[in-house]
Amino acid sequence: MLRLEHVYWALALFLFGAAWLSFREKRLATSAFWAVLASLTASAQPVLDAQAAGVHWPGELAGAGVVALALLAPNMARGAPGERPKREREAERLGHWLFFPALLVPGITVLVALLGDRMVGSWHLFGGASITLVGLGVASLVSLAAAMRITRAPARAPLTEGGRLLDTIGWAALLPMLLATLGGVFSRTGVGDAVASLTSAAIPEDSRAACVLAYGLGMVVFTCIMGNAFAAFPVMTLGIGLPLLVVRHHADPAIVGALGMLTGYCGTLMTPMAANFNIVPAVLLELDDPHGVIRAQLPTALALMAVNLALMAWLAFP
Amino acid sequence: MSYWPLASIALVVLGFALRWNAVVVVVGAGVVSGLLAGLSLPDILALIGETFAGNRALLLFVLTLPAIGVLERSGLREHAQAWIRGMRGLTLSRLLVAYLALRQLSSMVGLTHVAGHAQTVRPLLAPMSEAAAEKTLGALTKKETQEIRALAAATDNIGLFFGEDVFVAIGAVLLIQAFYAEQEIVLEPLSIAIWAAPTALAAFVIHGLRIALVERRMRARRGPKKVDDAAS
Repeated sequence: MLRLEHVYWALALFLFGAAWLSFREKRLATSAFWAVLASLTASAQPVLDAQAAGVHWPGELAGAGVVALALLAPNMARGAPGERPKREREAERLGHWLFFPALLVPGITVLVALLGDRMVGSWHLFGGASITLVGLGVASLVSLAAAMRITRAPARAPLTEGGRLLDTIGWAALLPMLLATLGGVFSRTGVGDAVASLTSAAIPEDSRAACVLAYGLGMVVFTCIMGNAFAAFPVMTLGIGLPLLVVRHHADPAIVGALGMLTGYCGTLMTPMAANFNIVPAVLLELDDPHGVIRAQLPTALALMAVNLALMAWLAFP
Repeated sequence: MSYWPLASIALVVLGFALRWNAVVVVVGAGVVSGLLAGLSLPDILALIGETFAGNRALLLFVLTLPAIGVLERSGLREHAQAWIRGMRGLTLSRLLVAYLALRQLSSMVGLTHVAGHAQTVRPLLAPMSEAAAEKTLGALTKKETQEIRALAAATDNIGLFFGEDVFVAIGAVLLIQAFYAEQEIVLEPLSIAIWAAPTALAAFVIHGLRIALVERRMRARRGPKKVDDAAS
């Protein structure tokens, strides 16, 4: 049976490979970062098993690993850009075939998610929880095989090219995971409760519309402050979305989550804090006004925010 | 009810505002939040470590990088660019609306790194937008040129943001799922992603209309006669 665990082993293997590559190029902090992350990925299941059994020292060790990641992150360095092969000629020869392996990733992921847990004889094809994630793992590997066959790239290409992309993303690859972790920590240390009690003191809880408005506007304001909807989501959903919309007014958590996040994205379009989306392009395009991109986005963002709030009020409640 | 844990939110805000390394800020806020709640250091480490382990699904997108890297090595990006370049008869609004649709669709299937401000907007979309506008409107003022460039960047952001949430297996959807799992609400990613579809459609309609309005306003400023000249 193909379980999620196997997918994580493949991921850890790739991360160890990236660590080895940067070690060879004498980028030691970067190498250590990927090595620690690979170890955390490979050891996550034992950590969770131990936690379930009430043993916490593996978790403490993993926590120390996360702190080590934070200490290493500011010292990471990018590798020298490798030699560029003659891409245009390659691209001309391969044409639209180049899109095929790239499209296999979403295609197979969705297929596995829809087919679910099928049996072949008495043998489970895909097992365990989170079938979509198993699908993503399988899809990534199948797509890689197809890409290798179509492009006839040398055997080291997956590691060197994948490692190059990973290098470009750097510690930002870790950010969504860390922010989700922070959300979990916040919820256990009472941050969500404090936000919830503050907001519930400020809004009439009995009014469904007021709760939707408070959650949506809270997402936008918090995203503007933090520059990232991912950071705002756990706090606002823990504080307002979950206790007021889902528990008190019986809203569908999937709809509240999806539309809440998208409302936060409207905030991302409005804030200079989201520098990579709003400030960097203004520099790249040599605009006189550093907020020119935000200005161009503002009307769309405000209109979409209104649409999202209306959709939530309309769709989320039974 | 203790309001002290809120100080860790202030720390996140401060850290982001002062442009400290985001990883340091987030991990630091976690530790501080634990200390303020009166946990011991080993307990804090265990809490961080175990929550991190539980959220590892958010790292799975890394597994797609080898395949995309191999394709880029053989010119995936160059091919996509040449393909767009080959489309004839484009006006400013047709070009940007087509790009918006393409960007939304490709992010919807998880190809978020195919385009971007550095990869496609500066070298390709911005100059093409200027050229398309000049074709129908005549020479542009500096202010108009800047407005068109900013609109091109905005179109890339909006296409990316309101496409990627529909893809089941990357980033936002998994964060939502992981968050609810922490609260013991188990959801399949697909059931979350599907609710991003109405907003994706609304984003296309609203921003598409705005693009058309910008072009119309620039045309109106020139009066009807010049448009005829440019068309002939």
